Amino acid sequence: MTNRLTRRLFGASLAALALIGSHAAASAQDLNALVWCDHADPNLLKPFEDATGIKVNVKEFEGTGAGLAIVDQSQPGDWDVMVIDTVDVRRGVERGLFEPLPEDKLPMADIFPEVLMNQHAVIGGKRYGITEKFGYNTIGFNKSKVDEAGMQTLGVLTTGKYKGRVAIYDYYLPVMGLAAMAIGKKTSELTEADLPAIKDVLQKMKANAKAVTDVVASQTALATGEADILIGGGEWVTAGIAKENPNLDFSIPKEGAVLWSQSLAMFKDSKNKDAALKFIQYILSPEGQARLATSSCYWGMPANAKAALDDDQKKILRFDEQPGFLKRAQEYPAPSEDLDKKMQDLWTEMIQGQ
Amino acid sequence: MNRASSQRIGWASVTPALLWTLVFFVVPFIAMAVMSLHPKAGEGLSLAAYTQFFTSPSYWLALVNSLEVTAIVTVISVLLAYPFAWILAFIVPERWQRLALMLAVLPFWTSYVVRSYSWLLVLAEKGVVNSALVNLGLLSEPVQLANTRAGTVIGFVHFFVMLLTLTIFANLKQLSPNYRKAAVDLGASGLQSFIHVILPLTLPGIMVGAFLTFVLAIGDYITPQILGGNNELLMPQLIMMQIGRRGDFASASALSLILMAVVTVAYLACARWLKIERA
Repeated sequence: MTNRLTRRLFGASLAALALIGSHAAASAQDLNALVWCDHADPNLLKPFEDATGIKVNVKEFEGTGAGLAIVDQSQPGDWDVMVIDTVDVRRGVERGLFEPLPEDKLPMADIFPEVLMNQHAVIGGKRYGITEKFGYNTIGFNKSKVDEAGMQTLGVLTTGKYKGRVAIYDYYLPVMGLAAMAIGKKTSELTEADLPAIKDVLQKMKANAKAVTDVVASQTALATGEADILIGGGEWVTAGIAKENPNLDFSIPKEGAVLWSQSLAMFKDSKNKDAALKFIQYILSPEGQARLATSSCYWGMPANAKAALDDDQKKILRFDEQPGFLKRAQEYPAPSEDLDKKMQDLWTEMIQGQ
Repeated sequence: MNRASSQRIGWASVTPALLWTLVFFVVPFIAMAVMSLHPKAGEGLSLAAYTQFFTSPSYWLALVNSLEVTAIVTVISVLLAYPFAWILAFIVPERWQRLALMLAVLPFWTSYVVRSYSWLLVLAEKGVVNSALVNLGLLSEPVQLANTRAGTVIGFVHFFVMLLTLTIFANLKQLSPNYRKAAVDLGASGLQSFIHVILPLTLPGIMVGAFLTFVLAIGDYITPQILGGNNELLMPQLIMMQIGRRGDFASASALSLILMAVVTVAYLACARWLKIERA
């Protein structure tokens, strides 16, 4: 209880600023959304606002921990919808934050079944999150600078062939998932006993890497030629800049890739549940899906197979190859709290060269 | 004015500052301290977040890296800023000093993040620096400057040289020219008057600037994150890592308090040995 109180104290000013910044208002026609940067694109929001008269106030965050901290420091009812890693929907449910979603009012039949991830989004028989966008943490590369055939295997993670030309995406879960797949482990079955072998792969990766980069730096590294390979990259980093950099591409190696998936959830204490549902329905509609998939912040595959993408967009996202990709992909690691901590510490050791 | 009313005026004058410090420093500080002792919700007090720091070499290394980078940045910045401030104070004609100062602080007008990303492009393999060095024949092939500790140091130094120049310039301008004249009259050479008279008198200004540089650099997240390429972690990066996905506020708070303790030690060292309060 003390901890909860102090967190509220500590974050009260942050929450107030966040709300002021997002123009949160009490109006019934306002929707307050805690989102990732792809939802802040006016090209995505304006058609919804024009059609419904509902003003969407967005507050961007990165990482589930940071998002849940904002919620922790807010008043119940401040937020209406949230974007969250599908594997983390349970964390929100366990905190009593989310409202079950009415499946009969969502285009369930049109969603790629592999990305629904019911084991994470359906709890106690009720759906609390609906996948809206997905993609792969895999190998992104500049095909004019590397041997494309070599990108079809996760052996590229540890080979010294591209020493000094590799960047590693700075997020421990998917990259450690890739490392696990490289040594024949299943991402869904990782245990503490697997960590030494994974550490070995990470150390080899780091020895060849020029940098460990966040989202923006990853794009910059590939776009400027600072790196020719991005471990953990995928369509989310190459597709958005494909027109200016047609040589940027990604592979799904024979061993597979890590499937990432983001979901929309509705807050239990939302005062605008009707507006929240309308927003979720819009995002999952063919038009909303096309706009979300090609958001200016980053591209990704739309969860709805009927997304209204044009042929060029489908080609860049390799839409028609998805059935094959999905078969080879493994799910995002969803470790227990203790294992998560150990994985993060292992990642710290890799960066520190230990 | 009697003693009582003088005291009332005194309290009225300092109350806003006290309230400000209470609300924006003391309360958050206490909240962080409490939070750092509660690693898991619903469980009792624990020192686990601190124990982790003192027993994990990769966490320790973050503090060592921070201290090394900050020391290098502070020393280089002072060495560059002092002659710059000297030139501004004593060589640039008075009527041009205002313009020169404005030009010196011009980079402050751009966003810190934008400036860091600009440096990333400048220091890249195909960036301005490498291209110039290769085209001039000084290098046979580009060297890695971006995504290294050197990149972090360059980004920091660019920022803090400006800050130090201002503090040292202000100190130099306060010095009476009679000090130099007196030293010369007594037979000191230019170098001797600088070493034995000017430098000691400007030391408080240097230390104020150096301490500000130390405090701001050791707590900075943006520059090492963008220019360092995450090839090593500094304390602010380690702190942010605790929050990003896991929302581990206990570890983040403990690490922040440890960093604050280091800054406090640095302050005490400066205050005691260099009489910072005189500056």
